[in-house]
Amino acid sequence: MTAVSTGIVLGAVDEIPPGEGRAYQVGGRTIAVFRLRSGALRAFPGVCPHAGGPLADAQTDENVLICPLHLNTWDLATGCSRSGQPDLEVVRVHEAEGQIMIQI
Amino acid sequence: MKRRLVLIGNGMAAARTVEEILERGGGDLFEITMFGDEPYGNYNRIMLSQVLSGEEDESGIFLNDLSWYEENGISLRAPVRITRIDRFAKLVYGDDGSSTPYDILVVATGSRSFVPPMQGIYREDGNLTPGVLGFRSIDDTREIVRLAGQHRRAVVIGGGLLGLEAARGLQSHGVQVEVLHAAGHLMNQQLDAPGGAILKSSIEALGITVRLNARAVALRGEHHVEAVQLDDGTEIEADLVVLAAGIRPNVDVAVTSGFTVERAIVVDDRMGTADDPDVFAVGECAQHRGEVYGLVAPIWEQARVLADHLTGARPDARYHGSRTTTKLKVAGVDVASMGITAPERDDDEFVVFSEPRRGVYKSVIIRDDRLIGATLIGDVKKAAFLIQAFDRGLALPEERVGLLFDLGATSAEPSVADLPDEVQVCNCNGVSKCTLVKTVQEGEKTVSGVMDKTKAGKGCGSCKSLVRQIVEWAAGDEVQADPAEHYYVPGIPLAKPELMSRIREQRLYSVSAVFAALAPGGNEDAKSKMGLTSLLRTMWPQDFVDERDGRFINDRVHANIQRDGTFSVVPQMKGGVTSVDQLRTIADVAEKYQVPMIKLTGGQRIDLLGIPKEDLPKVWADLDMPSGYAYGKSFRTVKTCVGSDFCRFGLGDSTALGVAIETRFQGIESPGKVKMAVSGCPRNCAESLVKDIGIVAVEGGRWEIYVGGAAGAHIRKGDLLTTVDTPEEVLTISGRFLQYYRENAKWLERTYAFVPRLGLDHIRAEMEKDAAGLDERMQQTVEGYRDPWKEGREPAVPGQFRTSLPLISLPQVPVRDGSTALGGRAGRSTTADPRLPIPEGR
Repeated sequence: MTAVSTGIVLGAVDEIPPGEGRAYQVGGRTIAVFRLRSGALRAFPGVCPHAGGPLADAQTDENVLICPLHLNTWDLATGCSRSGQPDLEVVRVHEAEGQIMIQI
Repeated sequence: MKRRLVLIGNGMAAARTVEEILERGGGDLFEITMFGDEPYGNYNRIMLSQVLSGEEDESGIFLNDLSWYEENGISLRAPVRITRIDRFAKLVYGDDGSSTPYDILVVATGSRSFVPPMQGIYREDGNLTPGVLGFRSIDDTREIVRLAGQHRRAVVIGGGLLGLEAARGLQSHGVQVEVLHAAGHLMNQQLDAPGGAILKSSIEALGITVRLNARAVALRGEHHVEAVQLDDGTEIEADLVVLAAGIRPNVDVAVTSGFTVERAIVVDDRMGTADDPDVFAVGECAQHRGEVYGLVAPIWEQARVLADHLTGARPDARYHGSRTTTKLKVAGVDVASMGITAPERDDDEFVVFSEPRRGVYKSVIIRDDRLIGATLIGDVKKAAFLIQAFDRGLALPEERVGLLFDLGATSAEPSVADLPDEVQVCNCNGVSKCTLVKTVQEGEKTVSGVMDKTKAGKGCGSCKSLVRQIVEWAAGDEVQADPAEHYYVPGIPLAKPELMSRIREQRLYSVSAVFAALAPGGNEDAKSKMGLTSLLRTMWPQDFVDERDGRFINDRVHANIQRDGTFSVVPQMKGGVTSVDQLRTIADVAEKYQVPMIKLTGGQRIDLLGIPKEDLPKVWADLDMPSGYAYGKSFRTVKTCVGSDFCRFGLGDSTALGVAIETRFQGIESPGKVKMAVSGCPRNCAESLVKDIGIVAVEGGRWEIYVGGAAGAHIRKGDLLTTVDTPEEVLTISGRFLQYYRENAKWLERTYAFVPRLGLDHIRAEMEKDAAGLDERMQQTVEGYRDPWKEGREPAVPGQFRTSLPLISLPQVPVRDGSTALGGRAGRSTTADPRLPIPEGR
């Protein structure tokens, strides 16, 4: 079977200030996209699996994101929890001509 | 190309140095060769006593086995003894005839048992007489165990730590043991005479004979030792003699190779030898500022500094010497000691407690209100506190006996060992004692590491000291101090004063500039951003470059995030005084936005809860009131009583002063939140005694200023800082204290911890010393104030107030208007009328 993935443009990269995250609604899902200070983009489901925290409001560095509600941390590269919570699904995301593009 | 790093030595100091080097990426910089005297990997020499006593087997004490060398590309040459260093040709010569070139050489030859000058101790061939052994290596230990099986009477020469451990180990093999000690009391390096005497009775109670002032001068026995002779002619029969009369650094190779050697190889603060910039020495064979260390903690520190220096991770790393403290079990008896063992000056305070029957002895020596020495035997519960007080020069309790015993806490308070496994230690994050213990057993030996992994102590923080005790208890001697505990933020390896001076020198105005200049590898650290933002705002009230990702969400949108992702809005209501207009506006706004809950806060303000992020700017615009700062690590509110205007007891105008204070300090960020109160008389209806800064009007038109109070997760009555005559002085002095707190407290350290940590007298003196400077810097901060809610009109960054929540209807938190009285998430909600008889609990 061929895996089907769809590229979806969410908006301009400039909509996210460096180091911050923003939430986007995609087909009934909420996706949190982070623009790291290095310029890299990262994307995950927008809701923390521990207590439903809004992950787009997280603080980040190049390696982890910290949920604003209970300060749980996840690895930005793998989505793995670093504080004993369920892992996050990694959403593939790229910058394409100044636009944020995810693949689902 | 890799440089050739050669280590002479394969013991604990050498291995630790290599580990530290590898940790700093040194594997890519160096081709590492280690020369070992013993044909093994490296092992924990401290554990040899346990091997001797049979509590641990040999394999359990290896720090790194042979595969470690292979995995890390280290070439181990053992057993090879280096006999000479040619530092001009940069070669080391081994007793196997080899010569090995180096670029960098580290001498870590350690030390050996001191062999006291005694007649008959050596045979003619220069070896020790059979039956006479040192107690220093795994081979020594094996041999002692072997001989213990064959012999009946052993003498241990030396009643220090090692000698007593050897005696205890021998005894466990069924050998009759006598300890000969040349000094007048046991462990005279660490203990005073009465302490030594109590230790002696505890040791004797184990069935070990102790003979003090016993100078062994000769051994009798031709082919095998038969007896030890003392200087008074006494002869003690023995078929096994263990030498534990101290150690001597192994410096022969350094001496013959022309290095400066006094008691040991002389090194500078980088652990470099005095004679050659490419040759270093570390561990028991090194002498730093006149001191030779034989304990593990200072040697670990030396290894770190050397690794920092060699790898270039921190070229400016310096070793400044160590204050040695020990806490250990000697032959089953708990002993802790630090600093000097007996008072030296007439005005030294000496506090002693002695209970020989239980084998308990405690003494402390205090000079100028600082702990300079302590000895604990048999009961070391206070050791952790004393070691801290000693290391950091903490202020000491007025009641000196509190240094020796936990006062106030009744004996009903259980020790951590007695706590049941399943007891919940951290009530915020639901962490039990067994989870903590398991985390320690899985290899996490630092308190902060265990807290990170389990999240224990990461809620309100009130369980931190219990968490610390449990980790220390579970890790035992292996507990490791985490240097990061002293950092201001975890991502930058500097304490606050050093961090501030670097920021000032290098003029770092933004969080990203601080990371780039001061973080290891220039790496950002999410957990450090908020603390750095706060510090930079404090340091550069005008020049700070604001980066929004450096802020926590609350500070990005100037409201407090709630469990459902909405926010709470608390408008400013200075001193808790409001008006008809304000109340009407608040009511209108609450109605317009269908605010699910309106509640009074603990600080006498009105809280509108459940506001979606995207509505914040509109809510602020409609309120047209400034922010009440109910969300930040900042100055919060001033609670007041009605004071002299209406109250028939009021002595001072507390509301007017409260309003003035709030006007002056509104929005000022600080290491932790700052709650204030002003009470109009000593009845103290505004609870000033349990505030970070609390003011109380007293008879005679004067005002008392209390600092360091708390009544949240921690309860503490504030300390009276001073009493002043005018409201203006209240503003000046409390501003001065606030600024001092901002500049000196650790990140998230509330005043209730800060004030006792530094001591009130110290704080007073420092405030006095820099009064003008503190006042000026506070004034600049006050002038820099700008109401953050004005940002609602013009967002600071794109999408500042865009929702982060999924598209489902809000709020998830139920609307509550006061008609349902009971409920909440912790317990079951009840819809029953609370006035009815309460049903029996099920």
